[in-house]
Amino acid sequence: MNSIRRALVATFVFALVRPLSAFAAWNKEAFGAKTAADALKDLGIANATPSKDLSVDVPQIAENGAVVPIEISSAIPGTTALIVVIDKNPFPLISRFDFKEGALPFVKVNVKMGETSDVRVLAEAAGKYYVTTREVKVTIGGCGG
Amino acid sequence: MPGPMKMRATLAQGVTEIRVLMTHPMETGQRKDPEGKLVPMHFIQNLTVKVNGKPVIEAQTSQAVSRNPVFSFRLKGGAKGDKIEVAWVDNKGESNSTEIAVA
Repeated sequence: MNSIRRALVATFVFALVRPLSAFAAWNKEAFGAKTAADALKDLGIANATPSKDLSVDVPQIAENGAVVPIEISSAIPGTTALIVVIDKNPFPLISRFDFKEGALPFVKVNVKMGETSDVRVLAEAAGKYYVTTREVKVTIGGCGG
Repeated sequence: MPGPMKMRATLAQGVTEIRVLMTHPMETGQRKDPEGKLVPMHFIQNLTVKVNGKPVIEAQTSQAVSRNPVFSFRLKGGAKGDKIEVAWVDNKGESNSTEIAVA
């Protein structure tokens, strides 16, 4: 009885999830990585060149780790993706944004930070990776609540 | 039930600025409820921005985006009246979308 119900629920969930395949896949390995190095490895990023053309606007001190504003943009020609990694968060990979024809490589969003950490922003352009790092000091962490 | 979304898209000096708000708890799986039990993870995983039906930005996000996320994006050029659509889906398969014409 229970197994029949489970099978029915599974079918139902599958039917629900299926039409959403219009979305790009979610990189389960990279987002599940516990260190920044592993996350980058799972994204296929072997090395990234430091770049001044990658602008990262973050507060030097964040009083509330639950809401840390970040504004990132790239002036590197042909930027197709921006990636945000917060080294000391329990799961360091925060987001990956892929830009197609018509979009500017710019994002502004609020993120959570567990503690004081480096915030790494990477840009992908013509198959190469570039990086800029900023430290954000966090007064009250925003992961446990 | 997914909460409401709000969006604004304005064209100024050749750049369309999109600002979109999503109502979502973005649970990290690390927070405890008043009884001391962990609240399970519940967060937006994918986000798509389309202009006149064509995808221009595709994002993957983690639970570390703040609660009720607000994203700003920029498009090169564009025209007033262009249809902007933003859609998201979370780790439980819930989804929502909204659309607006560029003002």
